[in-house]
Amino acid sequence: MAELSQVNWKAIDEDPRFQALHRKKTMFLWGLMVFSMVYYFLLPIGAAYFQDLFKIKVWGPVNVGIVFALSEFVVAWGLAWIYSHRANAVFDVEAAAIVRDAEKSMGGRK
Amino acid sequence: MSSRRFAVFAGLLSLFAIAGPAFAQGAVPDRFRWLTFVVFGAIIALTMYVTYLAAKRVKTASDFYVASGGVSGLQNGWAIAGDYLSAASFLGIAGLISLYGYDGFMYSVGWLVAYITVLLVIAEPCRNIGKYTLSDILAYRNDPKKVRIVGALSTITVSTFYLTAQMVGGGVLVKTLIGIDYEISVIVVGVLMLGYVLFGGMVATTWVQIIKAVLLVCASILLVMFVWTPYGFSLPAFLTAVIGDAKVQAQVASLLGDASKNMTAAELGQRFLEPGLLFKAPIDQISLGMALVLGTAGMPHILMRFFTVPTAQDARKSVIWAMAIIGGFYVLTLFLGMGAAMNVGAVNIKAVDAGGNMAGPLLAQWVGGGPESMLGNLFLAFVAAVAFATIVAVVAGLVLAAASAMAHDLWVGVIRSEHVTPQEQVKAARIATVIVGAMAITIGIAAKGQNVAHLVALAFAVASSANFPCVLLTLFWKKCNTGGIVLGMIVGTLTAIGLVLVSPNMTYPAALKASAQKVVDAAAVTKPKLEADLAAAPDDEAKAKVAKAIGTLDKSVAGAQATLTTYKDDNTSLVGLTKPWFELRNPGLYSIPLGFLAVIIGSLLYRDKRAEDMWDELYVRQNTGILATKAAAH
Repeated sequence: MAELSQVNWKAIDEDPRFQALHRKKTMFLWGLMVFSMVYYFLLPIGAAYFQDLFKIKVWGPVNVGIVFALSEFVVAWGLAWIYSHRANAVFDVEAAAIVRDAEKSMGGRK
Repeated sequence: MSSRRFAVFAGLLSLFAIAGPAFAQGAVPDRFRWLTFVVFGAIIALTMYVTYLAAKRVKTASDFYVASGGVSGLQNGWAIAGDYLSAASFLGIAGLISLYGYDGFMYSVGWLVAYITVLLVIAEPCRNIGKYTLSDILAYRNDPKKVRIVGALSTITVSTFYLTAQMVGGGVLVKTLIGIDYEISVIVVGVLMLGYVLFGGMVATTWVQIIKAVLLVCASILLVMFVWTPYGFSLPAFLTAVIGDAKVQAQVASLLGDASKNMTAAELGQRFLEPGLLFKAPIDQISLGMALVLGTAGMPHILMRFFTVPTAQDARKSVIWAMAIIGGFYVLTLFLGMGAAMNVGAVNIKAVDAGGNMAGPLLAQWVGGGPESMLGNLFLAFVAAVAFATIVAVVAGLVLAAASAMAHDLWVGVIRSEHVTPQEQVKAARIATVIVGAMAITIGIAAKGQNVAHLVALAFAVASSANFPCVLLTLFWKKCNTGGIVLGMIVGTLTAIGLVLVSPNMTYPAALKASAQKVVDAAAVTKPKLEADLAAAPDDEAKAKVAKAIGTLDKSVAGAQATLTTYKDDNTSLVGLTKPWFELRNPGLYSIPLGFLAVIIGSLLYRDKRAEDMWDELYVRQNTGILATKAAAH
């Protein structure tokens, strides 16, 4: 296997496939991150400023506040699932192809 | 270190245990105490055996710090859960729910959401770039010595705060549960933890964390089954029973005070499921939430866990598992807390521990048949032993993180400039472990009786304001460099600590004395009135009632006078303030943006071409994981 010093980082970074991967990943990651932050902070904000809404009973004694708090768990798990699904199916495969080619070209240079 | 030496250690430790700690009264009745020791002994024996096996495998620094990257994603997921679910979160949150209902449950959410940040931006890049410590990531394209110094100091600061809270909390917990003296509890926790880390390094620490997480989850599932089965696993039916309980309604009434006068029993019960019983300052909640969701990703002992897996895919898988376990556990906690509120009752929970920490263990005792039953005390013993294992496992992870910063960053990286033999590396790691362990025990004993609850919040504040901005920006911002890291670490750490020092968390003698004086003055007026009532009381019943009121009044006056004497010559807080200068208990809202700003300003002022030139390499590596295994083997 190649040594770290032999890798042409600049070449990989300038590879259009790497740049496309980078763009796609950045958008996706920050999108999920911002969504999760906003959704999370709705809970303390709602509990403080929208108490009348949180108190509405929807299922026996279960009120909107409890449903919303439970939904935080479901959303967190859902985001984790979406991310890992996408990473396994798309990001890993594309990164592996770039790495394979980079290693091949290094082998050729030696 | 050989496994034979470990056998000698284990032998000495058991002698120490037999030598017999002194007992006081705990939650476990005296005649059932042997039961607790059997369960404790079994769990300690199991973890010791694992350490014995691990000790044979620990030969290099990489074995010691990160189990040579040989932990699987699933194993690491359980270990993260074991590392993260500290006694504060597992006993504390169940307790908050049992006393305050909805607000306690709401509090648990942030601890799970924190892992979204870890998953999306921290886990995989760190696996691809790092080796043993947080500073390894920072040192990648920056001046290694400078960033290692600030990174190590911040790691040691965060770990020490968290460690102190765990040691003090652990000592109090063991004392409350089984009545062992506080000092002895702290020493036993410290020595056990040292045994695991010193002999078994990360391999043993990982397994201790896994064992503890499995025990904790099993115990919780079992308890929830018992509590929920009578209601046919229906959430509304269970909650209807909870809010229909007179003990729950009485607790709500006592929390609301005068406001509850015109409420019906049904309204009082329903109020338990609504927000606002515990948290009165929403901004403080948001500030704490920020520290949680960003700070977890900057916790050195959590970051370190991602160096123990072989690839970024395993790091990802371990966060997914950790989120499933941690989230599932907090959902169970809702039932534990509510079940304790209904079956044990707030009065009984607070009688053992005012903060509610004993809700879970007392629920276990109730499920088994109550304080007088053998089964009840067996269950209590089991939960107590899990709590004990929890402290040891969390402390072991923290000590390993602090010791790696001391040995790998400061000694090997800065003092010896990386010129060390493999043998010396392992030796340095073990010596650092002993130093940190001894420090943990000393601080634990010195801090006896101190209120250390806010230290956990402080640890998260520093991690989110210093570590997180530095790690995030060095990974994702091309222009980030040594200047930014150094300034960010210093500003983030100092603002977080500084704001806490001037916050309402500290003790303000002037305010305490003023309110104590008020109590004394008010009593001077009401006491003669009550005494007149006593003389005029028509029958024995009324007399007893007034006598009781006088008793309560005398008690509060005595308490107030004690406060006045304690702070007689003292008017200002630790930093010389008469009242809080900063209104929030959690500094995150201000200190996190300041930390980010400091990294950005520092980077722009310092300018470093090398850091920018190395960006390609860092960015390609963190995204592709190219040659990551190679780097880990260095």
